[in-house]
Amino acid sequence: MESFLQLLHNAVPSLLQGTGVTLQIAAISLLLGMALGLPVGVGRVYGPRWLQHLLAAYITLFQGTPLLIQLFLVYYGLPDLGLTLDRMPAAFLTLGLNSGAYQAEYLRGALQSVGEGQMTAARAIGMGKWLAVRTIILPQALRLVLPAWSNEAIAMLKYTAVVFLIAVPDLMGQAKILSSRYFAPIPIYMIVAVFYIVLVGATYLILRQLERRFHIPGLTGEAH
Amino acid sequence: MEFFQNLVTTFNFILQGVWVTIGVTAVALAVGLVFGVTMAMARVYGNPFLQTVAAIYSVIVRAVPVVVIIFILFFVIARFVNLSPFWAGSLALGFASGAYQSEIFRGAFRAVPPGQMIAARAIGMSKLQAIQSIILPQAARLALPAWGNEATLVLKDSTLVFVVGVPEILRRAQQVSARTLEPFLAFSVAMLLYLVLTLLTTQILQWFERRYRLQM
Amino acid sequence: MSSTAIAPILRIENIHKSFGKTRVLTGFSLTVQPQEVVVLVGPSGSGKSTLLRCINLLSPPDSGRIWLEEQEITAPGVNPDKVRQRIGMVFQDFNLFNHLTALGNVMIGLMKVRKMPKKEAHDLAMFELERVGLVDRAYHYPAQLSGGQKQRVAIARALGMDPHIMLFDEPTSALDPELTGEVLEVMQQLAREGMTMIVVSHEMGFARQVASRVVFMEGGVVVEEGPPAQMFEQPLHERTRAFLRKISDMDSGGR
Repeated sequence: MESFLQLLHNAVPSLLQGTGVTLQIAAISLLLGMALGLPVGVGRVYGPRWLQHLLAAYITLFQGTPLLIQLFLVYYGLPDLGLTLDRMPAAFLTLGLNSGAYQAEYLRGALQSVGEGQMTAARAIGMGKWLAVRTIILPQALRLVLPAWSNEAIAMLKYTAVVFLIAVPDLMGQAKILSSRYFAPIPIYMIVAVFYIVLVGATYLILRQLERRFHIPGLTGEAH
Repeated sequence: MEFFQNLVTTFNFILQGVWVTIGVTAVALAVGLVFGVTMAMARVYGNPFLQTVAAIYSVIVRAVPVVVIIFILFFVIARFVNLSPFWAGSLALGFASGAYQSEIFRGAFRAVPPGQMIAARAIGMSKLQAIQSIILPQAARLALPAWGNEATLVLKDSTLVFVVGVPEILRRAQQVSARTLEPFLAFSVAMLLYLVLTLLTTQILQWFERRYRLQM
Repeated sequence: MSSTAIAPILRIENIHKSFGKTRVLTGFSLTVQPQEVVVLVGPSGSGKSTLLRCINLLSPPDSGRIWLEEQEITAPGVNPDKVRQRIGMVFQDFNLFNHLTALGNVMIGLMKVRKMPKKEAHDLAMFELERVGLVDRAYHYPAQLSGGQKQRVAIARALGMDPHIMLFDEPTSALDPELTGEVLEVMQQLAREGMTMIVVSHEMGFARQVASRVVFMEGGVVVEEGPPAQMFEQPLHERTRAFLRKISDMDSGGR
C-alpha cells in the first residue's frame, strides 16, 4: 500500500502533463474535424454530383480503415512523398481528417432529416438554395447533430490514446515511460484508466449541459 | 522495376497478416458476445447486485480507451497464465467489446415487448428458459444492425493488438517497411487491404440483416 | 381603378407538366384579375398542387407560358427567386421553420431576402402577426402552437414579403375541424382587403362566400369555371355537378 502511494506520488505530475497533451490533441482534432466535416457534410448533400462522389470516397477511406494505420501512413509514410510532419502536427492532421469524415456523416444524416418542406418554404419566400441552406436548414441540422457530435467528442478523446505509438508524450506516452521506469505496468495503467474515466466523465457532463443550452422545443426532443 | 518488386514483396508479406487480423477480430467478437449477452441479461433481468456489477463493467470499460484495456489485461493475464500474444490480445479486445455489446443487447432486450416474457412464463417456462428460447432469439435479430456496426469497429480496433506484438496487418506492414524502406507503400497496402476487409464485412452483415429481419 | 381596362395580374397559357410518365398538367390555361379570389377544386391527382408549384416556379412547367403582371416568368433568364418574392405561398402542412419563433419565422425573409434592418423587420413582422391575431404568440416556437396558429403564422410569413398574389395549397386540410375557422377568417379578411388569391380548397362555405370564381379542374385541364352561385346551382357539366355534390355532402356530413 505504501509503495503504491509512493508510485502514485511519483507518477501524478507527469501524468498531469500528459493529460494536458491529450486534451490539446482531442480539442484541436475535433475543431479540425469540424472545420472539415461541416463543408464536407453540406457538399455531400447539396453539392454537384461529382463532388458528392469525391466526398463519399474520402469518407469511406477514413471510416473504413483503422485510425492507427492512418496515423502511421501520415507519420511514417508521407516523408516518402516529401512531406515530413512533426509528431504533434501528424497527430492533429490524422485525427482531424478521421474525425472530419465521421462528423460529415453525422451532419449528412441531420441535414437529410430536416425535411423537404423546410427547403420548399424557404424557396417560396424567395430564398436562393444556398441562402436557404445557410439560414434555414443548417441551423436546424446543427442542433439535431449535437448528440451525435457529443459521442464523437468522447470517441475522439479516447482515440487520442493511440498517438503515443508515434512517441507523442500524451497520457499514454507518459504512462509507457513510467511503467518501464518503475517496472509496474499494471498499477500505472490502472491509474491512467482512472485519469481517462475522469476526463471522459467530465466531458460527458459538459456536453450534456451544452445540449440542454441549445434545446429548442419540438426540434431536439424533450430536455433530459 | 525495383518499385514493382517491392510492391509484390510488401503485398505478399502483409497478406499473411490478413488471416491474423480476421482471427483476432473473430475471437474478440465471440468473447465480447459472451460478455455482452451475459452482462445485458444481468442488467435487465438480474437482481440489484448483478445489475450494479453489469452497469459498472459497462460504464467503466466504455470510459477507458481500448488500448489501455488491452495493456492492463495483457499484463494481468501474463502474470497468471502463459498465453500467446494472439490469445491475450484477442481476449483483452473481446473484454472491451463486451461492454459495448452489453449496451447493444440491453437495448434489444428492452425492445422485446414485455408480453413475450409474460406469455412464456404463463405456459410454464422458468425465467431463464423464457430468456433463452423466447427473448434471446428476438433480441438477437433486433440487435443485428447495431451489432454489425460494432463488428466493423472491432475489426478496425484489432490493429490495437499491434501494441502487444501480434503479427496482424499493421505489425507486418511495419516489419516489411523496415526491410524495403518504403513505409508509404507498406502502410498504403495495409490500408487498402483493410478497406477491402471492412467493405466485405459490411456487405456480409447487410446480407444477414436482410435475411433475418424480424417482422414486428 | 376602372372595372374593365385593367390588365390581368396572372395569365397562364397552355402549360404542361409531367413527372416521369405521369402527365399532371395537360394544357392548363387561366387568367386572374387583380383582387380576384379564385377557388380551385377538383379530385385528388387533378393537378391543383402542381399548378400552384408551377406558378411560383418551385417546379417550372415543361411547356406553356406564365405572365405575372406583364412579365413572362417562364422566359429564359428570369430569376425565380425574384419572382417568388412577389408570390406568397401557404402550404397544407405549414412548413414553419422549426428552429425559429413565430416572430423569427416572419422576420427571416424580411432580413435575408428583403434585406431590411433588424429593427424594421421586427416591427413589420409584429404588424403582420397582428394582422393574423397572433402578437401574443410571437415568441412561441412552432411546436408550441396549435395547427391553426401555425397556419396563421405561415400566412403572416408570406404577407411579410409584400406579395402581389397569394397561393393557398389546401390550407385547412391538415387541421382539426374546430381549427379551420380561424384560418378561413384570416383568409376572408385578406380577401376583403383586396388581396388577389388562388385557393386550392374543398371548404365549400368559404368558396360560396368569398370566391369571385370557382374553377373545377380534372385531368390537368379546366373543365368548367364560373361564379360560385352558378357553379353550385347550375353547373354545365355533369362531372362538375357530381363532384361538387359529393364534396358538399362530405362537408355537411362531417359536421
